[in-house]
Amino acid sequence: MKTQVPKAKQLIILSGKGGTGKTSISAAFAHLSATDQRPVQTVIVDADVDAANLGLVLKPELGPANDFWGSSLAVINPDLCINCLACSAVCRYDAIFPDPQIADVQWIDPIACDGCAACVYACPVNAISMVKQQEGNWFHSKTAFGPLFHAELFPGKENSGKLVTLIRQQARLFAEDTRANLIIIDGPPGIGCPVISACAGTDFGLIITEPSLAGLHDLKRVLGTLRHFHIPSVVCINKADIYPEGARAIREFAKAENIELLGEIPYDENLPKSMINGDPITVSFPDSPAALAVRELWQKVLRSLDVQEDLA
Amino acid sequence: MQIAVASGKGGTGKTTIATSLALSLAKLAKVRYFDCDVEAPNGHIFLKPVFDQISPAVILIPQIQPEKCTACGHCVEVCQFHALAKVGKTILVFPQLCHGCGSCTWNCPENAIIEVPNPIGTLERGMARENIAFLRGQLTISEPMATPIIRQLKKMEQPSEEFVDIFDAPPGASCSVVETLQGVDFALLVTEPTPFGLHDLKQMIGIVRDMNIPAGLVINRDGIGDDSLEELIQEEKLPILLRVPFNRLLAEKLAAGQSLVDVMPEYREVLVKLYQEIREIVGGSDK
Amino acid sequence: MNLIISAQNPTIESPVDTRFGRSQWLILVDADTKQWKAFQNPGVSQSGGAGVAAAQFVVDQNAEVVISGDFGPNAARAFQSAKIEMRLFLKQALTVEEAVDLYNSNKLLKFS
Repeated sequence: MKTQVPKAKQLIILSGKGGTGKTSISAAFAHLSATDQRPVQTVIVDADVDAANLGLVLKPELGPANDFWGSSLAVINPDLCINCLACSAVCRYDAIFPDPQIADVQWIDPIACDGCAACVYACPVNAISMVKQQEGNWFHSKTAFGPLFHAELFPGKENSGKLVTLIRQQARLFAEDTRANLIIIDGPPGIGCPVISACAGTDFGLIITEPSLAGLHDLKRVLGTLRHFHIPSVVCINKADIYPEGARAIREFAKAENIELLGEIPYDENLPKSMINGDPITVSFPDSPAALAVRELWQKVLRSLDVQEDLA
Repeated sequence: MQIAVASGKGGTGKTTIATSLALSLAKLAKVRYFDCDVEAPNGHIFLKPVFDQISPAVILIPQIQPEKCTACGHCVEVCQFHALAKVGKTILVFPQLCHGCGSCTWNCPENAIIEVPNPIGTLERGMARENIAFLRGQLTISEPMATPIIRQLKKMEQPSEEFVDIFDAPPGASCSVVETLQGVDFALLVTEPTPFGLHDLKQMIGIVRDMNIPAGLVINRDGIGDDSLEELIQEEKLPILLRVPFNRLLAEKLAAGQSLVDVMPEYREVLVKLYQEIREIVGGSDK
Repeated sequence: MNLIISAQNPTIESPVDTRFGRSQWLILVDADTKQWKAFQNPGVSQSGGAGVAAAQFVVDQNAEVVISGDFGPNAARAFQSAKIEMRLFLKQALTVEEAVDLYNSNKLLKFS
């Protein structure tokens, strides 16, 4: 009987509110995973597919572009259309109009079209067909700290959740093949479909928040989401000294909710500078207050991943 | 006049600017603020609304009536999203995959499907500071789809010459941002002068170009980064309508829930001028 | 006994695929005779509802047991409703044929 290969643990980094520092911290973690005293073989995933920034601070050797085919959209053949309007009668997305360029036929706005095909079935003369759309690209790239799985959703497209699922699967297969120990997933903001795809089946959640009323409000929502999917989670306050009262409110919230506050990172103007250098803060300014705090956070995250926290 | 405030990158200051704009215009016009970031709404922190109307946001999902269903499976074929499956003589419905398009219902040869409301969030209406009408949607935790709520939120009011409507968009550059931008006269793009801000702004520019919506920029936290942003702006010929310099004290006050125009009242006039510039741009463009 | 096993390539010697919804191939195998047939997984190209699409396929094949590395909630619900047994293999380094052998010697974990 062959010996079992242990599966890589999966860490998801979320925030609820945008702009709290997930990507900067993910980049630093990638660096530390490769260079810290206790290195961990890691696969990195940028799951924020419509605003993918992690590659900007990891200097990746870009892999080939793989097409991402999303949903299909409906297209009317103007040569067959008899302008009976059966299609617009069934469209719930306000996507069907008189064609602006051809008289007496209807036209479907590709931006508004939901891809439901109700019009296809409603059309008495089979003038409408569904056309598959390429909605983005995904990549398996190399960085100095490990492989990076990332994507670029074309602007305004749907199915970001599906693209997230796709790159996570690719990362997981690669981790299995290479016996990596950890997958770090830099998550998107919000709590909807792409976040759900990013965190489903992960082992541990790290919520990066900021000390503001907005930060706390969205922390509650993303924590609710992680708990719904039974993912044990911890919190870290970034830019913690911007608003001390806000940081206190988060500490109290964490205590009341029985969720561990794993760390606090001070606001550090070196962070945008390291971003401009195209490097994680721990590379550009290793002795800066933020870098030291992130280093400590990383050590604690590693320990937590070994020990399954039993949280509410 | 309908203005959307969007960004691409999260945390650049959309809500700060959108709510401050609403407050600045409140004395001159009838303002309606729509918080379209239904996954993580924050407008209420700055505008402090009192809600007087709450209703569930629903998607109509199919309910199979077993006495009429012959398990022919036509509904399964018709559904583009695999929200239905045929298992023996039963049709299963998967509500979280359903887009509420109604196609299965119309196409059932036995008329065996009725549509029932599946609540996925809430829609709320109220009055905020300075007589601003405040509308927002909130996605229920664990529900995946934000776009239907944004669509319903916008439909809560008819567009009208009488009102200035401000739509506070969610972060990112995917379908929920597009839904927020549908039909607006102008997109105010709030960015920060960093590589992340720049990268995500490009995505937003792609969207507003595709949708043919005139746009202008607000550069927030000006000074924290470099000027690679300036090159892009010149290339794209986007007007910079406002720069807000980074100010640590301001950041603290915003964190505490104070509006930009509360902390620095001089911005009221600045934002009124910004609105007038938007009106000129919109008035001049083909629509 | 008809089994369906998710696989990377369209043969019984193929390594298995740990994902159900988006595996490239689904191999239908008669557990007693080891006669097999490979089908492209209809879920693999779907933008959404891959698990449901793949599960619908399995249901339509009249298989009694489905074997993979994991099942998402939608596929699981479809199989539970159809009373099709779900079994798991615990590692990827396995061929489809070896998975059939493990099933026959009752060494595969039941999915619940």
